[in-house]
Amino acid sequence: MSTAANDAPLIAVEDLHTYYGKSHILQGVTLHVGSGEVVGLLGRNGVGKSTTLKTIIGLVQPSHGKVVFEGNVVTSMPPHRLARLGMGYVPEDRRIFRLLTVMENLRTGLDRAGMTDEKKRALLEKVFAYFPVLAERRNQAGGTLSGGEQQMLAIARAMMLEPKIILLDEPTEGLMPRMVSQIRNIVDVLHRENVAILLVEQNVPLTLEASERVYIMEKGAVRHHAAARDLKVNDAVIHQYLGV
Amino acid sequence: MQLTAILAGIPWDQILIQTLNGIVTGMILALIASGLTLIFGIMDVVNFAHGELFMLGAYIGVVVLATTGSFWLALLIATLVVALLGAAIQIATLRPLLGRDPLTTILATFGVSLILQNYALWQFGPVARKIQEPFSGHFKLFYLEYPWYRLLIAGLSAAIIGGFWLFLKHGKFGIWIRATTQDRVMAQAMGIPVPLVHTAAFAIGAGMAAASGVLFGPLVGVNHTMGLDWVLKAFIVVVVGGMGNLGGSIAAAIFISLLEAYASIWVSPAQAVIVSFVVLILTLLFRPTGLFVPTPK
Repeated sequence: MSTAANDAPLIAVEDLHTYYGKSHILQGVTLHVGSGEVVGLLGRNGVGKSTTLKTIIGLVQPSHGKVVFEGNVVTSMPPHRLARLGMGYVPEDRRIFRLLTVMENLRTGLDRAGMTDEKKRALLEKVFAYFPVLAERRNQAGGTLSGGEQQMLAIARAMMLEPKIILLDEPTEGLMPRMVSQIRNIVDVLHRENVAILLVEQNVPLTLEASERVYIMEKGAVRHHAAARDLKVNDAVIHQYLGV
Repeated sequence: MQLTAILAGIPWDQILIQTLNGIVTGMILALIASGLTLIFGIMDVVNFAHGELFMLGAYIGVVVLATTGSFWLALLIATLVVALLGAAIQIATLRPLLGRDPLTTILATFGVSLILQNYALWQFGPVARKIQEPFSGHFKLFYLEYPWYRLLIAGLSAAIIGGFWLFLKHGKFGIWIRATTQDRVMAQAMGIPVPLVHTAAFAIGAGMAAASGVLFGPLVGVNHTMGLDWVLKAFIVVVVGGMGNLGGSIAAAIFISLLEAYASIWVSPAQAVIVSFVVLILTLLFRPTGLFVPTPK
């Protein structure tokens, strides 16, 4: 089952349990993502996919279980330290800083210790090459961008951290088909740059296409795990867990 | 014919004087309210101790002025000391309460305000102290000898607020403060050390309150209850300007101070305060998000 050969995975999540008040959201999630690997996380609405991402980045505290990042247990670490360690997070609702300009949104991740002006410029140039529209709108307030542009900004903003992994939550939700294929391209670009991605999606064909492995969640736990090429869109497994 | 009669009936000289007075108090009020609105905006804390930080700034000003004889040194040291005290207060009382019921932070800051007030009473006694203005020149304004120092207060307050605005607008830390104000969760996920940003924002707000205390000291006596009037007015300004909206607070501070100043042409200054409350109540009734913010979509 181990696709990450003999070296330890970049992120390993072990038996994660999370509560929101009294409701038991995550009921023992276990998964791992290897270095540079694109992994899909599928499941119906409300099975705990987003909560899994939030727990990994430290925005939700698990009641049980642990998150191991590059061999270190990071379960009780505050999110800002995880971000500095190389964990990028692109939330479902994008959460652009609406009153900040595009450039300022990017600077929230760019202005950190150890970044020289030269490095900053190079990183910005690279990201603007992928997202030319952001370069055009660099002085525009984030809240004035279209949905697709905001999604690009959210991904570009996470890239400012030069992350080792990006937790990508439903990046294509509510986007036009043209935007969807752009997001799809970006996932490939990140993959080529050896950035690992944990991709939460409702779009099954896209997830199977973009990922190497997929986990399928149901009722707060992982129920199925397979290589993406072994699953077909109209697979019985997909039918069983996702009803599509 | 009639128009000239009306125009002749307007006391232009008084209006000009009161415009000047309104702008001067408005700028001081804006300085206090900026800190208050910064703190509210970034951590949803209504800081009931803000007036006491203003008062403490004035007292530290008195002490430093007495020992060194320099008003400017007093202004600088009071600002820095109260900023540090603010950081300590935030770490000790507010950081552990973050994310809890807002009532807990209201009680905590109210407790801090009582402690600071009684500390000042114990340390300095009930008799008001005086801060000597750095220079006592006047210029002639109609029948008045108007002190230059008042204009200096307005100018300095404007400079401090302007500097603060530039810092928020362009500095790395300013972007951190604005990002945290808008979305604390996402700011964390972008690697911004939010607890540190909260502490620093509280310290900046406290320092601005202290600076206004020293600046305003020469116009009134310095005593342990001087913070109460100001913080009440600053709260009105923050609500009228739109909670957490810096530009709105500044506009509201000047607007309300001007209204009060004009009202006191016809009624006594004590009654003129009523104007602020009328504005507050009308704002809450008809535009609860604040007068000086764009209509929410």
